[in-house]
Amino acid sequence: MSAPVIDIRGLVTRFGTNVVHQDIDLSVEAGEVVALVGGSGSGKTTLLRQVIGLLRPDAGQIRVFGQPLFSGDALADRRLRQRFGVLFQQGALFSALNVLENIAFPLRELRWLDRATIRDLVMMKLAMVELEPRHAWLMPSELSGGMIKRVALARALSLEPELLLLDEPTAGLDPDRSAAFVSLIRTLRGQLGLTVVLVTHDIDTLAALATRVAVLGERRILAYGPLDHVMNVDHPFIQNFFASDRLQRRPDVTVR
Amino acid sequence: MSAPTVSFDREGAAPVASLCGDWTLQGLEGRVDALRAALDTGEARAAARWDLTGIARIDSLGACLLWRIWGDRLPPTLDAGEHTLAMLESASVLGTRSRLATPQSTSFDSLAQLGRAGLSFGRQIGDLVALIGQLLLDLLHIARWPRDAPLREISANLYKTGVSALPITALVGFLIGVVLSYLSALQLKTFGADVFIINILGIGIVRELGPVLVAVLVAGRSGSAMTAQLGVMRVTEEIDALATMGVPRSLRLVLPKVLALVTALPLLVLWTSSAALFGGMVAASIQLDMSYGFFLDTLPRVVPIANLYIGLAKGVAFGLVIALVACHFGLSVKPNTESLSSNTTKSVVSAITCVILVDALFAIATRHIGLPGG
Repeated sequence: MSAPVIDIRGLVTRFGTNVVHQDIDLSVEAGEVVALVGGSGSGKTTLLRQVIGLLRPDAGQIRVFGQPLFSGDALADRRLRQRFGVLFQQGALFSALNVLENIAFPLRELRWLDRATIRDLVMMKLAMVELEPRHAWLMPSELSGGMIKRVALARALSLEPELLLLDEPTAGLDPDRSAAFVSLIRTLRGQLGLTVVLVTHDIDTLAALATRVAVLGERRILAYGPLDHVMNVDHPFIQNFFASDRLQRRPDVTVR
Repeated sequence: MSAPTVSFDREGAAPVASLCGDWTLQGLEGRVDALRAALDTGEARAAARWDLTGIARIDSLGACLLWRIWGDRLPPTLDAGEHTLAMLESASVLGTRSRLATPQSTSFDSLAQLGRAGLSFGRQIGDLVALIGQLLLDLLHIARWPRDAPLREISANLYKTGVSALPITALVGFLIGVVLSYLSALQLKTFGADVFIINILGIGIVRELGPVLVAVLVAGRSGSAMTAQLGVMRVTEEIDALATMGVPRSLRLVLPKVLALVTALPLLVLWTSSAALFGGMVAASIQLDMSYGFFLDTLPRVVPIANLYIGLAKGVAFGLVIALVACHFGLSVKPNTESLSSNTTKSVVSAITCVILVDALFAIATRHIGLPGG
């Protein structure tokens, strides 16, 4: 398959008079892990929400798997949405359902799988995200932050998506857990052959996962390419973004 | 995408089962039962070797299906690609089906549930009493330190529960007055007892209907809003944030609501009763040709003023009940959407039930007051 998984052309987003994106072009090839980075308010999450189809761009076109997100055909739109999984920043687990029902929900919505098979699939997904069967009967309010992310990841994976979209996958996790979560995503990506798009602030996550990095700023994409290539782009924001991080990692320099 | 298929080869004594195609969620849609049937034959059970090299893609569903068909284990001789093998191994966490069974319910469960419901009711009553106690302590606190009085919150709640309820209560009151007057007039006319319409409307509305009508409206309108507000604040941890700033939640959140409703409800009772009497007066003048002047002149003579005091006292009591019940259920919301909706429902239903209960107590306690011949 040579067609890009995500293809964004001439995207424009405005909130009132505030222009967030101006003529953005971006394409993501199959099997890649693309990280969207940028300062607060640069429209990373907005861009992600447009790719998911939660927001409509003011101009321009987004194609996912070569198909438009809003084709006008409800059935085709639904099929398309079943081909990607989304991990929301806060997990967005259904608080009234337990872990088992949360992960089973998208499978039940297919309406052709029997209960026992759904139960088996949920247990496999739980094992994939390294949770134990006894966790299946917990409610979301009884889970720790790291477990919420894992359950949300399991739910995002339940329809065997080819594309996985992650919004701040490691935000709110301590460094240990965040490293564990990153390695989990990396393992799963290897096993399942996923294409991944993630929004992140965390450079460790970025360095560990991303094959390519897109830097958003000044309403456009400032740079797009492999991490070492992007890091050497001569632009004040990019230099600042990566420099502050380098500073933090040097033990002899105290950051105030 | 190619459809998943099964075929059997007989090479002498050792039959081979070969699987081909896409054993994925998309590929298997609508074919699961057919494949299960094809693999649940004597031929399949007799297969000495399984050839899975023809499988193009396999995901959790395909792996889990095969795992169950093979009787919760991998067959002894298996040819498969690396990816297929990895997927099948990930299905081995399923083990045998019984291992993952749900916790079974026993016959004791219904009895235990009854006990739990009783205990929960007792806990609710305990919490409510604790809330009332806390409010009394807060009032004492304010008496000693008047600067801590949540005046702005009280005023905001007065506006929300009182002022903005004026139009709807007036409308409902007016219409009820019209209906009551019209129906009574029809009956009274046949006895030629037209003039008693004023007694009926006066005592009925001022003493009973006005307060209960307002209480039901306010319980639905403000009680549910209070429960939902406190509930959402609990879900989003805003109440915890307040507590960490040293702001006591009962003083800042519950007390203003209770005081505001206790103040607003009697005033609303007065307002709604007036609207209802006005509606009754209009209907009486149309139906019975009774002039406004006669109606207004007779009203104070046939309805003792004690009825108005009873009505206002009911307003105070109902306001207290509604606010306490609403706040109690709001504070006991658990951090999930289901609990929020069920508590809001419970709040409104309990508030109205309590109002009717208190109304009955009032009726008994005041049976000798303000009724002609009582």
